[in-house]
Amino acid sequence: MRVARRLILTGNDATAEAMRQIDPDVVTCFPITPQTELMHKFAEHVADGDVKTEFVLVESEHSAMSAAVGAAAAGARAMTATSANGLALMWEIVYIAASYRLPIVMPVVNRALSGPINIHCDHSDTMGCRDTGWIQLYSENAQEVYDNILQAVRIAEHPDVLLPVMVTFDGFILSHTAEILEGLEDAEARNWIGNYEAKYSLLNTDDPVTFGPLDLQDYYFEHKRQEIEGMWHAPTVIREIGRAYGELSGRPYDLFEAYRLEDAELAVVALGSTCGTTKVVVDELRDQGTKAGLLKIRSFRPFPEAEIAEALGNAKAIGVLDRSVSFGAPGGPVHKEIKAALYGTGREIGIVNYIYGLGGRDMSMDNIKTAFAGLEKVAREGTPDDNIRFLGLRGEGGV
Amino acid sequence: MKERGWTEIPIGGIIEDAGNAATYETGSWRTYRPIWDSEACIDCLRCWVACPDSSIELADGKIAGIDYDHCKGCGICSFECPVDPKAIQMKLETDVAKK
Repeated sequence: MRVARRLILTGNDATAEAMRQIDPDVVTCFPITPQTELMHKFAEHVADGDVKTEFVLVESEHSAMSAAVGAAAAGARAMTATSANGLALMWEIVYIAASYRLPIVMPVVNRALSGPINIHCDHSDTMGCRDTGWIQLYSENAQEVYDNILQAVRIAEHPDVLLPVMVTFDGFILSHTAEILEGLEDAEARNWIGNYEAKYSLLNTDDPVTFGPLDLQDYYFEHKRQEIEGMWHAPTVIREIGRAYGELSGRPYDLFEAYRLEDAELAVVALGSTCGTTKVVVDELRDQGTKAGLLKIRSFRPFPEAEIAEALGNAKAIGVLDRSVSFGAPGGPVHKEIKAALYGTGREIGIVNYIYGLGGRDMSMDNIKTAFAGLEKVAREGTPDDNIRFLGLRGEGGV
Repeated sequence: MKERGWTEIPIGGIIEDAGNAATYETGSWRTYRPIWDSEACIDCLRCWVACPDSSIELADGKIAGIDYDHCKGCGICSFECPVDPKAIQMKLETDVAKK
């Protein structure tokens, strides 16, 4: 029987622990709250000789991603980490990393983008770069952060995918909260990660290649189509690796988690730490006889639309929780994807978008109960005119 | 060159053949054309050293001409030329074409 290696770690420390076991060839580092402690901890591992990583301290996040791109193009297993405005500053190179098909893994500790300046959690940072060509895995708790990081390396490096992966987790709520989790033994983790042999390397002088040449009207389009193909392969690969990780650890992963959803009439869709709170509310409502359920999205990019539409099959009303805003759009980023996924299924389901938790505004069980209460009415009457609601907002329009 | 489809090329914009810029003509980008005067030239090779695109052609260690299929007309060769008046003069392509 398997004996669990029990750890008490914050989300940041759980990430540093996973990175210690991965022992990346290169880690580039620039601090930003709430990611800073993650790199503090990893820097300790470097200083203590726990890893052989080349640890590169840079002068900005733009440089952190640029150095990671250079390292990955040289054939190294490269990682970095950031939050919010740091991600915004590296955005140019974030897009380039995916375009060059470099399997970089980057934990992103979700934090609200300035301004006004704010250091607490929302998803405006990672949702803002959902179309950069990176795979995005969202995490509910520190255990998932740890597990997602270890899987992300395999997903990114899979020859059918070869795309960088962002593992996101909620700033402070997860990054600074200690939880009990299970870790792999070092030998298990090393064996799981395996060796990485890049197909191309800038350092291979016997067979030199060019990275990042000018690519105009004649070939850019073809290269984007290849990138789309990599993303289209990703759902299968994420699922295969999630299954294999389950066999190793006892914790299987899929593209999303359906929690008491099968016969649910009122369904909430969410991602990140709020899913944990929502599960408690779902259990309470179930005890009271309400058929409530949760669909927790793990893989937002790629977005498994057909499977999600299927999983929401029995819902009479769906509440989509968005911890970010898509200004000027008909709802938040998750809301739009859910609506698009259900288009053409021939089902009339009332859908309401709940924007919540911006700038770290607490998302309590009461807030989630309010959302479910709203869904009861939607189930009876269909999608209302006020289908974008603001959960926990003070003043007019807040619920 | 026949352009290939998206399944027929390396991913990510990688170019597998080293030195293939020679087969990709970029001379049409040029606004100013360097005109080399073999009589005035002292073969100091500064233009050859400074050219960012290997467009100064050599033969037996001496300047032999300019590769107009690849020269983009940046003018560095003319700028670096130490001869007075310069052995490489930049002329507007439109003016050269009229003649």
